[in-house]
Amino acid sequence: MAKTSPVYVRTEMLAQQAPPSSQVGPIRWMRENLFSGPVNTILTLLSLYVVYFLVSLIGPWLMRSVWNANSLDECRSIVAAKYGEGVEGACFALIRERWNQLLFGFYPRELYWRPVLTFVLMLVAFAPALFPSLPRKMLWFTAIFPAVGFWLLWGGPIWLPLTIVLGLGVSGYVGMLVANRRGSLFGALAAIAAFIVIFFLPVRSGLETALETILPIGLQKLQSDDMGGFLLSLTIGISGIVFSLPIGILLALGRQSDMPLVKYICVGFIEVIRGVPLITLLFTASLLLNYFLPPGTNFDIILRVIIMVTLFAAAYMAEVIRGGLAALPRGQYEAADALGLNYWQAQRLIIMPQALKVSIPNIVSNFIGLFKDTTLVIFIGLLDPLALISAIRANTAWSGTYWEPIMFVGFLFFVVCFSMSRYSMYLENKLKTDHR
Amino acid sequence: MTLNVDAPKGGFRLGMLLYDTRYRSITIQVVFVLLFAAGMAWLVNNTMQNFASLGKGFSYDYLGVRAGYDINQMLVQYSNDSTHGRALLIGLLNTLFMAVICCALATLIGVFAGVLRLSKNWVVARLMTVYVELFRNVPVLLWIVLVNAIFSVSMPAPNAFKGDDATASMILGSVAVTNRGVYVPEPLFTRSLGNIDIGIFLISIDLLAILAVLGASYWVYKRVQRDAMVVQNATGIRPATLWKSVAILVLPILALLVALGFHLGYPELKGFNFVGGLQARTSLIALWLALSIYHATYIAEAVRGGIQAISRGQTEAAYALGIRPGLTTKLVILPQALRVIIPPLISQFLSITKNTSLGIAVGYMDLRSTLGGITMNQTGRELESMLLMMAIYLTISLIISFVMNIYNRSIKLKER
Repeated sequence: MAKTSPVYVRTEMLAQQAPPSSQVGPIRWMRENLFSGPVNTILTLLSLYVVYFLVSLIGPWLMRSVWNANSLDECRSIVAAKYGEGVEGACFALIRERWNQLLFGFYPRELYWRPVLTFVLMLVAFAPALFPSLPRKMLWFTAIFPAVGFWLLWGGPIWLPLTIVLGLGVSGYVGMLVANRRGSLFGALAAIAAFIVIFFLPVRSGLETALETILPIGLQKLQSDDMGGFLLSLTIGISGIVFSLPIGILLALGRQSDMPLVKYICVGFIEVIRGVPLITLLFTASLLLNYFLPPGTNFDIILRVIIMVTLFAAAYMAEVIRGGLAALPRGQYEAADALGLNYWQAQRLIIMPQALKVSIPNIVSNFIGLFKDTTLVIFIGLLDPLALISAIRANTAWSGTYWEPIMFVGFLFFVVCFSMSRYSMYLENKLKTDHR
Repeated sequence: MTLNVDAPKGGFRLGMLLYDTRYRSITIQVVFVLLFAAGMAWLVNNTMQNFASLGKGFSYDYLGVRAGYDINQMLVQYSNDSTHGRALLIGLLNTLFMAVICCALATLIGVFAGVLRLSKNWVVARLMTVYVELFRNVPVLLWIVLVNAIFSVSMPAPNAFKGDDATASMILGSVAVTNRGVYVPEPLFTRSLGNIDIGIFLISIDLLAILAVLGASYWVYKRVQRDAMVVQNATGIRPATLWKSVAILVLPILALLVALGFHLGYPELKGFNFVGGLQARTSLIALWLALSIYHATYIAEAVRGGIQAISRGQTEAAYALGIRPGLTTKLVILPQALRVIIPPLISQFLSITKNTSLGIAVGYMDLRSTLGGITMNQTGRELESMLLMMAIYLTISLIISFVMNIYNRSIKLKER
């Protein structure tokens, strides 16, 4: 082979060049993400303008906020002294003075520890339901929490909630005893019979009066007029969602049932409730409930609202749980049948744990919706945060403040709802155990 | 080995009602229905007793009685001499009107926001995320109150438009945004054809004529397109239809409008208020904008979910076939995404319709504030009014879900 030498061989490597400036760093990112085409460029500029517009509208106003004043006029004069005449600034002194009213309504100031304690206990009661790693024994506290919360919020003698819890516990225990010996049907009947004996015959009320005369323990009793603000929204929202869960489960099961009569009654209830605005149900609670009850019955307006909100939420809850039930493969039901479990055993041990797990994110978003809807109680004269805004504005010192209280209330709702929606997203990711 | 277990032979025993699965469901149903009926009877009995003790009767006669109150927004004629029944109709029409314009605007904003939230453009996507999260996590009532406050507090009073040194001016010289509402030009006809009375309300013949012409043009346009398709299938060349289509769609309606003498009546400042034009009250604007913007966030989420549900492979396959991005969206992505989007959209339309009852917060005269408000308070017929109102809302809801379900079925995946 002839020996040929190449004409030119480079012996050393060329130094690496820096990439063109348009291909690196923020410039490349901007080219790719913000200005990749005419449409994108227009969109970017438009959005930047919107952001600029909003910030320039609200920003300076927020920057000139006043936190220390006793009236709107004082706020205005402080702003005028600082930034010149005719300049407007936010007057958050209103929030500083009235935040407790927006949170607690007209609840007596020295008793604020009661709602706060209730709130803390509520978190404790919810913990075992939200975090499965906690000990299961804590669920007992969850079960009695409604009575504890009621007693702490409304006050009065301790014996009313205590005897109610006791009565429910006794009827449940009787039912369980009978169910173990004679089957679940007789168990249910025995529980109902015990319930009727305890609550409709003067067994419970007798015990209550007796204990009351022997040992008058209790907290200062408060009226529903004292409740208001976020305390009211939270009370209605949380009781609504908690009580609607069992009813919703039963309705969902009824809707899935093979028994046509049960099914149609459940479907009818669900569709009627879902077809009318919540506001009409609230008006029903405030105007009509007295017609439907035996003559002479009159009970607390908040309780009436909670009943109606519970029914309302139960219909939506039923649909959410039905979705969870529908997501279960047919094989789960068949497996339960093959194991010889009866209907309730299958529901309790196989179906519900899976169906509820699937529906938790939707239950949470249901709750967010209900919590936001509690603001509608303003229309039947309850003092929710929005009603308190008008009440505060009616005060001559603060008349003319529009934006500050609305912003504050909106901010609180946003914090609660946004964190819950994030929690439900977290759950959704955590509960994804399938490998589809 | 087959195990053949026959049902136990022998006569029917009473215990079988409880223990035999063939009869047990009947027993349970009978007990359930009896309990339900007993509960209902209890409620009805209580109501009758309460009514008797109050000396009231249950009757809807009051719907024929003179109402005696004014309604500030009416789509068909009404005066305070009209009956309560007619006030109900006005309220119902206002509710439906609000529901329709809210659904339209919410869908528009929602689709835009949902698509833009998926945009690769970082600024736009973030902005839309902030919008969606901010608006859907605050009660809609708060937004209604806020928008109402913005319009009634921050907008200029009509007299700000007055004089040479006016502090406010009309947009394009024709739309005035004031604290009493928004004034827009109204369509007027110099050679109007008049109205026909169909018993309940009058219908403008002009409107009917316009609708008829538009419908006819659209029908002819469809015919032209179909003929073009036939030619294309036969010869492979599509005849040009653009100018023909434009002529068919535009010329007849223009001719009709000229024939009717169409012109706009502009709002004008007379004294302390605007005269002429159409006035959209602050209550209407506030409710419309707030409900639309709030529900649009839910629609945006539905749209985003629907688009994300379509696998990336579909887009890639379309690109591989050489279909352009715009056409890919139109022909491949949207038809599939719609199937996922429609069901949540239906429930949003339903909640918009129900939430129009929040007009109470700003004084919008809808069904709730006529029948369930003034009429109920004047006549003292709470039970009748409430039941009637619930029945009407329920009917509207059922009709919406029925119609939308038909639409849903028509776009559903057709499987053999």
